[in-house]
Amino acid sequence: MSKITIDDLAKIREQTRRQTTLRQGAGRVKMTVHMGTCGIAAGARDIMTAVLKEVETRGLHDVIVTNSGCAGLCSQEPMLTVETVDEPAPVKYVLITQEKVKKIIDSHVLQGNVVKEFALAVGSERTR
Amino acid sequence: MEDLSLHILDIAENSINAGATNIEITIDEDSKQDVLKLEIADNGSGMDATSVEKALDPFYTTRTTRRVGLGLPFLDEAARAANGRLEIDSHLGVGTKVIATFQLSHIDRKPIGNMADTITTLIAGRPEVDITYRHGRDGHTVSLSTKEIRRQVDGVSLNSAETLSFIRQYLEQEEHSLEQHG
Ligand SMILES: Nc1ncnc2c1ncn2[C@@H]1O[C@H](COP(=O)(O)OP(=O)(O)OP(=O)(O)O)[C@@H](O)[C@H]1O
Ligand SMILES: [Mg+2]
Repeated sequence: MSKITIDDLAKIREQTRRQTTLRQGAGRVKMTVHMGTCGIAAGARDIMTAVLKEVETRGLHDVIVTNSGCAGLCSQEPMLTVETVDEPAPVKYVLITQEKVKKIIDSHVLQGNVVKEFALAVGSERTR
Repeated sequence: MEDLSLHILDIAENSINAGATNIEITIDEDSKQDVLKLEIADNGSGMDATSVEKALDPFYTTRTTRRVGLGLPFLDEAARAANGRLEIDSHLGVGTKVIATFQLSHIDRKPIGNMADTITTLIAGRPEVDITYRHGRDGHTVSLSTKEIRRQVDGVSLNSAETLSFIRQYLEQEEHSLEQHG
């Protein structure tokens, strides 16, 4: 494998620009991984990495992945919040694993079906 | 926390919560001096002297969702366990510098862990924040600056899965070759 350099980024720039334009504004879905101390200690960073990898390999250009602070439910970490433009309230998923990430993307992100068995509650608070 | 890269992510999250627009993360490994030094510096809201004093107390937090703040006490404990210490240099309205030192060869010194994932996660969460990362080891260095990357992608947000994946792979490669120089 040849060494990559930061200059190589320019090569994927045009492609990325097109995709970014596509999802300009809010995007269709926002996935937020909670990154407070308890979340991080419980594996939130690996969940973030898993979500990013799924989004990349599936080419989900209308999905925005971000993180936010602690949600205040330390025993339920890692947590993932999913918000879609056609739903009134964000859905908080608890005790997230890489397997759950795949299921949530298959069902909620792609088909709009909330995975109730992993969800905490359909609350009203938005992420930052 | 299993390793130092998770502590670094956690401390940098404090910077983000303090409204920082610039975060500088430095790891320095010096085997001659037998010291590992971490530094996370930000231009966030900062703390006054009393708050700095309290910051190492787990029962001090300005957060509202939980009554204890664990991030700094955890890092303090990790540093002490490896014959090191934690220092906080903060000025209200200016910013904060968190410095943790460890005895590099100490048996209880946590491993550095996956810095590629930590930096990628930080950028994904706050693509508009300027992050500078430098990891030095006995004269060899890995470095990354989101300002430079932003110039490369010419205005495209860093928060795209492809760009983030590129950054992760680049850092994995660089950290790996740094390891070879051990
Ligand atoms: N970089 C910083 N800039 C300004 N204030 C900070 C910074 N880092 C920490 N603080 C202050 O110190 C407090 C304690 O930080 P600490 O990381 O220990 O706990 P926390 O962030 O409140 O909660 P936790 O890390 O457990 O999620 C914070 O609530 C904040 O008020
Ligand atoms: Mg904290």
